[in-house]
Amino acid sequence: MIQLPSFLIISAIVFTLGIFTILYKKNAVGILMGVELILNSVNLNFIAFAKYVDVGINGQLVAIFIIILAASEAAIALAIILSLYRERATIDVTLVDEMKD
Amino acid sequence: MIQIALFIWLLPLAAFVINIFIGKRLPRKGDWVSIAAIGASLVLSSILLFRVITGYNPDFSLHASLHWINLGGFKLDMGFYIDNLAVIMVTMVSLVSFLIHVYSIGYMDGDPLYNRFYAYLSLFSFSMLGLVLWDNLFGIYMMWELVGICSYLLIGFYFTKDSAANAGKKAFIVNRIGDFGFLIGLLVVFNFLGTFNLIDIQQDIGRGLLSGGWLTAAGILLFAGAVGKSAQFPLHVWLPDAMEGPTPVSALIHAATMVAAGVYLMARLSFMLSFDAMMVVAFIGGFTALFAATIAITQNDIKRVLAYSTISQLGYMIMAMGVGAYTAGFFHLITHAMFKAGLFLGSGSVIHAVSHSMKKIGMEGDPNDIRNMGGFKNKMPITHWTFVIYALAISGIPFFSGFLSKDAILGGTLAFAMSQSNPVYYLLPIFGFVAAIITAFYMFRLIIKTFYGKPQLKKLYEHVHESPLTMTVPMMTLAFLCLYFIYTLPSLGPVGAENGWLMHLIQKPFSAVAVQLGRPVYGITPQAEHFAHVNGLIISIVFALTGIVLAFAFYFWKTINVEKFTEKIKPLYTLSLNKYYFDEIYGATFVKGLLVWNQILAWFDQNVIDGLVNLAGRVMRVFSVFDGLFDQYVVDGLVNAVADITLGFGRGIRKIQTGQIQNYILGALLGMVLIIILTMI
Amino acid sequence: MEPNEILFLFIAVATVVSAAIVAFSSKIIHSAFALLASFMGFAALYVYLSAGFLAVTQILIYVGGILILILFGVMMTHGIYDTAKKTAHNALSVSLLGGLAIAAVLLLIITRSPWAPILHKPFQPTTQLIGAAILTNYLLPFEIISVLLLGALIGAVYLARAEDKQK
Repeated sequence: MIQLPSFLIISAIVFTLGIFTILYKKNAVGILMGVELILNSVNLNFIAFAKYVDVGINGQLVAIFIIILAASEAAIALAIILSLYRERATIDVTLVDEMKD
Repeated sequence: MIQIALFIWLLPLAAFVINIFIGKRLPRKGDWVSIAAIGASLVLSSILLFRVITGYNPDFSLHASLHWINLGGFKLDMGFYIDNLAVIMVTMVSLVSFLIHVYSIGYMDGDPLYNRFYAYLSLFSFSMLGLVLWDNLFGIYMMWELVGICSYLLIGFYFTKDSAANAGKKAFIVNRIGDFGFLIGLLVVFNFLGTFNLIDIQQDIGRGLLSGGWLTAAGILLFAGAVGKSAQFPLHVWLPDAMEGPTPVSALIHAATMVAAGVYLMARLSFMLSFDAMMVVAFIGGFTALFAATIAITQNDIKRVLAYSTISQLGYMIMAMGVGAYTAGFFHLITHAMFKAGLFLGSGSVIHAVSHSMKKIGMEGDPNDIRNMGGFKNKMPITHWTFVIYALAISGIPFFSGFLSKDAILGGTLAFAMSQSNPVYYLLPIFGFVAAIITAFYMFRLIIKTFYGKPQLKKLYEHVHESPLTMTVPMMTLAFLCLYFIYTLPSLGPVGAENGWLMHLIQKPFSAVAVQLGRPVYGITPQAEHFAHVNGLIISIVFALTGIVLAFAFYFWKTINVEKFTEKIKPLYTLSLNKYYFDEIYGATFVKGLLVWNQILAWFDQNVIDGLVNLAGRVMRVFSVFDGLFDQYVVDGLVNAVADITLGFGRGIRKIQTGQIQNYILGALLGMVLIIILTMI
Repeated sequence: MEPNEILFLFIAVATVVSAAIVAFSSKIIHSAFALLASFMGFAALYVYLSAGFLAVTQILIYVGGILILILFGVMMTHGIYDTAKKTAHNALSVSLLGGLAIAAVLLLIITRSPWAPILHKPFQPTTQLIGAAILTNYLLPFEIISVLLLGALIGAVYLARAEDKQK
């Protein structure tokens, strides 16, 4: 039962939930959480393929780079959210619509 | 034994780390940390030296290494290569360093950056010891750069003074030229042999993996590093300026240890010098020895005289390495470290006294200028007597250490010249012997002007006093180490150190080049050796005494009028006083040349390139007129039509732009889904 | 079922359920803690894939770093006393539409792809291999990523400090 499909299914479910989170939340931090879920599910895929498919260790290395990118992304995103909050006293993304029309 | 060496090396590093971070808050500003560390290194290295001497084995060596970097095809090991050479050198470095640490308690007393000074001294000791101990060229290069940076930091220690900051920069940049050669040499060696390890290099060269022109090139390129660090002609210009640093630094770095690193490197690498490379080394060394000595005669700054003297003595050592008088060169390195460090400490003691006295009487002026001194003999007896001992040693008077080593070098050079068929090699001993007279002359000129005669400035003289014990004890220790029997033990004959422990332990090394060629790199006939030994001895004593007597005749008895004499040889005198205008020549050629080249490039840019561009511009303009007409009627018409259509669309579509980021995401997502479904089906 | 498989099943369900809590919870602080559980679940799954190094990295960076950052974000943007504040949501139907569309595509891909043959590699440690790979074949990405991290660091500091300059 602990086979490639199990991991792919878990990964697919979490990926879907991540997309859903991004669309559903109005809170910018919530959207960030959705992004993290997506990145994690992708990582799980890479690592699962590294084990079950003949690609050597490259899957794990890609996963490491994704984790590092996620860390930078989270830091930058939080900094943006903080400065947004200071400017507007809100982090509701639906209220940030200067770019419309 | 390796563990002991490891401690010797790392203790000063620990002291550096402690002092640089928390030195300020420690009692006495942390000087005892550095002193304790280097003291412990001294004790440990003495243990090593004791073991080596009792072992009495000229072939003793110990090698231990660890894997440091292992990157696929590139491997780098780090380790220690300890032989007699390294042990003696380590002991010398830690001894001189320790004495100077102690001396600095008195000299640097009250300096606002006291703790930083000690931190730098510790860092320097660490890197210098590493340079001596490491077993591979890469590590040596790293340590080499570290001592360079310490030198830079300490020369510019009084960085608020412009001249000091500039001197630091000059030292760094001039050294960079030499170090660049060193780096290229390293790459040549690595390219051919794929290793930096000295022992592997030795074996590989013996097998002939690096030979002929490339071997000579590698030797000369590596020597370029030594030229920079040991201030040899033509890169000697930084060392006199380096005297801007505090005097203990001049004694430690710019007299005894760092500048000798170049000589040490040559000793380590002597196995890979081909005959041509050796000749380059020998002639640069010999020429430097004479050339720097002639400048030292006319200088009036006490430290600059010593600086040029250092360059000259280093030239001797380099020359010795070049003619294969390896043992003599290294011997001179050790004895020179003792007496030159002593000379600098003595001059520091004088400068210390003069500058304090100046402060007391409110006089402005240069405390280093010997024209303001005179008659200090009575006021500073310890400084005077130790100074005289060092001067006798450097001049090569029997019963002092310098005599033994200098005589060995001169004898070796003479024997080498006599064994070669080409008479041009006689230039080398001539350089050496003439420099010996001059050395004796300028040293005694300095002594007479400083310690004898009438005081030049009465008021200044009255406030001069002897330095504190922390300064005089190191000086006396070094003076003791200038006595001949320390180096000739177990025999006590004063004329040669051939039977002494030092020359026994440091014997002529195995030459990988000779193994490769299957014959000695150069020949020295036994008759020449014998002749040179006996006659070199006599000539060098006579020359040294001549120099001293001349100095007395000029400056003490005044049988020869100095002013009239300099008037007669005016052109030569000004040439020497201005250091052969080397700074000016470099300024006018390299620095100016670069600026002129820049101007040429700028002119080229302005006229040629800009001209082309302008021409192209004009041609384009003519074209444009026609183009414009076409544009206006044909193209614009089409464009306007397109724009109108787009505008109409845009009016409708802008409604979709809600500014809601999630709407955009959803849109992008659905688009992606659509594309995937279309491609799958 | 073997105990190993039961444990796997438990971890998988926990991971998915906590991811669902992240998605549906109306309190942002609940989402944050559910995210913690989800990250831990992923770390545990990595262990099943013989990626011990990745599991530890996951805990160190995601749980120890990113999650803490997110919690900071939650706290600092809502005030410490207001963490229970409800998050207004977008329309559920629209969001579900997006999610389901993606699910459909994934399903399509999983069922239609020609999969590579599956190996049964033994369980083995990979930390050493990763270390060697980073310093050989992956040296350039490794260096680039370090520059990227530096850039992110400076950028984050700059963005967060911009306020002070104006004052």
